[in-house]
Amino acid sequence: MSLTDVATPALELHRATLSNGLRVLVVPDPATPVVGVSVHVDVGFRSEPEGRTGFAHLFEHLMFQGSESLEKLEHFRQVQAAGGIFNGSTHQDYTDYFEVLPGAALERALFLEADRLRAPKLTAENLRNQVDVVKEEIRLNVHNRPYGGFPWILLPPVLYDTFPNAHNGYGDFSELEQASLDDAAAFFDTFYAPGNALVTVHGDLGETGVDGTLALVERHFGDIPARPVPERPSFAEPAPGSERRQSVTDAHAPLPALALGYRVPDPAADPDGYLAHAMLASVLTDGEAARLQRRLVHADGLVTDVSASNGLMGGPFDARDPDTFTITAVHPADVSADRVTAAVDEELDRLAEQGPGAAELERQSARWAAALHREDDRVMYRMLGLGARELLYGKAELALELPSRLAALTGDDVAAAAARLRSAGRAVLTVEPGSGASGAGA
Amino acid sequence: MTAARTHRSAEEIGRTERGPRALPALGTTKQVPLPDVVTETLPNGLTVLAAHRPGVPLVEAVLRIPAASPEPAADAAWTAGVEVLAETMLTGTAGRDRVGIDDDLAAVGAELGVGVDPEWLQAGGSALASGLPVVLDVLADVLTGATHPDDEVARERARLAERIAVARAQPRTVAREAVMRKRFGDHPIVGEMPTAEAVAAVTPERVRALHADVVVPGGARLVLVGDIDPETAIAEVARRLGGWAGDHPARRLSAPPPPRPGDLELVHRPGSVQSQLRLTAPGVARTDERYTAFQLANLVFGGYFSSRWMENIREDKGYTYGAHSGQEFVPGGAVLGLETDVASDVTAAALLETRYELGRMVAVPPTDAEVASARRYAVGSLLISLDSQSALAGTLSSLDAAGLGVEWLRDRPRRLEEVTTEQVAEAAAQLFAPSRFTGVVVGDADVIGPRLAALGGVSGP
Repeated sequence: MSLTDVATPALELHRATLSNGLRVLVVPDPATPVVGVSVHVDVGFRSEPEGRTGFAHLFEHLMFQGSESLEKLEHFRQVQAAGGIFNGSTHQDYTDYFEVLPGAALERALFLEADRLRAPKLTAENLRNQVDVVKEEIRLNVHNRPYGGFPWILLPPVLYDTFPNAHNGYGDFSELEQASLDDAAAFFDTFYAPGNALVTVHGDLGETGVDGTLALVERHFGDIPARPVPERPSFAEPAPGSERRQSVTDAHAPLPALALGYRVPDPAADPDGYLAHAMLASVLTDGEAARLQRRLVHADGLVTDVSASNGLMGGPFDARDPDTFTITAVHPADVSADRVTAAVDEELDRLAEQGPGAAELERQSARWAAALHREDDRVMYRMLGLGARELLYGKAELALELPSRLAALTGDDVAAAAARLRSAGRAVLTVEPGSGASGAGA
Repeated sequence: MTAARTHRSAEEIGRTERGPRALPALGTTKQVPLPDVVTETLPNGLTVLAAHRPGVPLVEAVLRIPAASPEPAADAAWTAGVEVLAETMLTGTAGRDRVGIDDDLAAVGAELGVGVDPEWLQAGGSALASGLPVVLDVLADVLTGATHPDDEVARERARLAERIAVARAQPRTVAREAVMRKRFGDHPIVGEMPTAEAVAAVTPERVRALHADVVVPGGARLVLVGDIDPETAIAEVARRLGGWAGDHPARRLSAPPPPRPGDLELVHRPGSVQSQLRLTAPGVARTDERYTAFQLANLVFGGYFSSRWMENIREDKGYTYGAHSGQEFVPGGAVLGLETDVASDVTAAALLETRYELGRMVAVPPTDAEVASARRYAVGSLLISLDSQSALAGTLSSLDAAGLGVEWLRDRPRRLEEVTTEQVAEAAAQLFAPSRFTGVVVGDADVIGPRLAALGGVSGP
């Protein structure tokens, strides 16, 4: 047996749909004493209205600010006083909310999630407060640090033309400040309909069992009235036919950086073609022996660090079509961006012609298998992975099948992915250090 | 004619006909499931701790070698030398070059990394459990036979200088270095990140000499957790690492002096749009009898989201995205740290609220309800935090570094249940007293300086 034939954990997936349209996924795991509950809503920053950049994320914050049965701050307090942790995050195509608690708190978690999906308390005061909090989040992660928003905010406007794909998902301050309470009400009624959401329960179901858990979900979520589910527009747009370039200045960055962006196959229509790009990313940059590490970092000394990934924000299958393959590098000032891109092109050409070696591919598969197992060793990550794939593709199994699907890819698949990147247009974003940057050393 | 109504108002959304509902009760939280830990010290002085934790077919390994500088004061050349040592440890041995090392590890799904700080050199990684012998073989090879080739040292020196420049452009790094100096002055514990100049002066000969001096088994500790049989795993370690030798035991870091109370120091970072507030005071060691009470007091103050400080400066005032207080353990004890990043124009206001909340810990002690919430969070989050092999391995390793075993962990829920509100209030009054603190504020001094000066208790630059 090869090392990648390690058994996938045998998890049972139980599905149901409530009469109001809410989808339910229950995945018991008796090996853990903790349980997770997540709500995935089918709206991300690609769906937010023009003139309201950052609204999907701002709205995610508002969902923590109280609901009919829970005053402001009570959601946090009740999760934590039950021994749990919580968070939420906004992606291109979905927003997730989750909590992980000792198994004994399962019903409380369902209650808390149901209450805010049914009747969140949206107030002007909380809206203003969370606009301030979100602005601090953006200052922290973007404005006050070097390479803030690189590449996830900076690259899409170079690669894409339409508002949904190209705009800043964190949002512009001026648009965040203009957000009104009525905008929030409209957003909730449109996108947070029960038929537009999925509840996932994963982990220790204790004596409640699968049937008992489904009954609890029905008890807490079942009387949320059905509302029309919004029609989901296609975000498709033509791939760029040529290379597009843009340069930005970063006041805090001490060294130049660059990001290359490419379009990848539709993950729903061609999942294996899409996954071949994930494997290509690994062959290029995962580990000291990876192609671009050896070439750019160690042999030629052209870059300080380099990384590649399939998907702009998370792992594979985190967004619908169109999705993005990125290569990013930070490099010394005396190396031009063109030298780096030329070396990347040569390595892609070589892979397109010869493909990766069988042993090379097997090593990357083993690394993927181990990394995915490691990530799945936490209830939180496995639950979020299952829920996101169920919401986006109707196929939570994708999360469990990833190691074996990656292991089944051939050298030809990866060669084809490399050839695909070389035959289409791409985005080249360069980051120039600002004059205000503190110098190297000292 | 009016436009058709397409959605409810915010007020309509927030209420239902049935009205508010009652919160369901909680069940009883289970015990933290902790495996037995098998411990054995090899003749060369390496101690191995191994535990069986299935769940995923992996094994986690954490090796800690005490790696203190022999100098009594922070030494730039030492910090730079051990950093290059760590960066080049996996770049070559007599039998493997950089790519060979990585290929052998990748074949068993393994990752291995080496890092160094003023207290420890750590090598850690994970692999498919069946690959443990390969990981130990590679580990033994680099511990006993890393050659730190000249060209690799040269390349990593250049790369380190660039990475250091990038790191020092991060406001959190600037703040970290400033608060460590404020806490510990010139003690070697402050040498966390080298300077580019000192790195440039590190020779391959120096790195190889440092390897012989630092990478020794006497006093080193290896933790293995995963889908393994502990006895077999320890035998495997003895077979692969039994030949690792050193002519002296590893050096432990001396206890740094406790931080002295005083003004906050203003550190100028031109062009900042945010300020980093970092306050600090002496903390409480895990072995201190007040530790559990202090832990709950810390949660009440700023140790979790539902804390006084977070609810005040984030959820009420909107000054910050996050505010957190917590401990770092150091030889001989611990230090308490408060961290938050806030917009420049509210820096003085956020400092005022922070001092107010510290004072409130003394004057308005934690209530029964606050303590109950903190207690349940501490018990529950312990359960969650140990629910993975990597987390368990990390926790066992850091406890072991402090001389504590798995029994200490097993007994945590009981100690948390037994501590009283009065004990928490007493710990709060003692340890959060504003007069115990010092710290730094990093930001654009031209913008934030005047108000901070007027507020008082802040000096420089």
